[in-house]
Amino acid sequence: MRIGVITFPGSLDDRDAQRAVRLAGAEPVALWHGSHDLEGVDALILPGGFSYGDYLRCGAIASLSPIMSEVTDAANKGMPVLGICNGFQMLTEAHLLEGGLIRNDHGTFICRDQKLRVESSSTDWTTGFEQGQEITIPLKNGEGGFIASEETLDRLEGEGRVVFRYVDVNPNGSLRDIAGITNARGNVVGLMPHPEHAVEPGFGPDTAAAMRSGVDGLGFFTSVVRRALVEA
Amino acid sequence: MPTIVVDVMPKAELLDPQGKAVAGALARTGHTGFTGVRIGKRFELTVDGPVDDELRAGVKQIAEEILSNSVIEDVVGIHYVESNVELAEESLESAAEHADEGYVAPAGETH
Repeated sequence: MRIGVITFPGSLDDRDAQRAVRLAGAEPVALWHGSHDLEGVDALILPGGFSYGDYLRCGAIASLSPIMSEVTDAANKGMPVLGICNGFQMLTEAHLLEGGLIRNDHGTFICRDQKLRVESSSTDWTTGFEQGQEITIPLKNGEGGFIASEETLDRLEGEGRVVFRYVDVNPNGSLRDIAGITNARGNVVGLMPHPEHAVEPGFGPDTAAAMRSGVDGLGFFTSVVRRALVEA
Repeated sequence: MPTIVVDVMPKAELLDPQGKAVAGALARTGHTGFTGVRIGKRFELTVDGPVDDELRAGVKQIAEEILSNSVIEDVVGIHYVESNVELAEESLESAAEHADEGYVAPAGETH
């Protein structure tokens, strides 16, 4: 399976995402924002970072990139697309996901290992998790407050499209503790925390067993790989 | 050269952490009496040609679709300044206002 990771001007975690893809057993394909070619990949990742220095709004200018027209077409045809942090902000700006992200309610950047609850294990990126499973992956953002109208929030909850919720601590003022959501079809997922930083022992969050041994993020990438094998 | 000014504000019902931080700084520096501060954005777009209906329609569209995100913000104003002279006058007036801030007016003096 080939998974494209798109680099935008100001992306930071593109290479971490590529590494996560490799560790999950797939082939990462580096894609460039200025191209119109998805190079035949089977899934897409929009990585974290500060594209265009967060000018205008986080992810707003990147969401107007040439490659985003192909991303939108592919997403609407059912290709798995994962937006992490700045990538999540791009997906909302591109109207592939609902709601928006605003500055953290406490006004400061936050970086911590964050506990999440998997609220939906039926998206393309979460089938490897148990429903209700708690996982810990790094979170690092200044503008991660998820907001949407009450009506949209009710619809997202009613349709089972809240995929992750913050547990113990709401780190940024996100409404209803929402950390990540999906589209109606379940192929497009966006979240603020970073699964690609918790994929290899020695480099992940601390666990009860050992320091930096947390690899809870790997499930995102193995889920989409397993899905491709099942369909093949 | 005509200039188009687009003003965008965070939605009134949403928390504006930037405004809240500024309000806190005002209170700490003894500038009391302000019940709130909200921070928005002002865009100045310049064009060479005349401002016609087609241009106005285009501006409205980009203001709503690109310059703002309707989930989190509102376009609160679009206005047109016909020439640099007008814009310069506007800046001068605002500069004059700022200059006055350093001047303690005697009681009873008004501006």
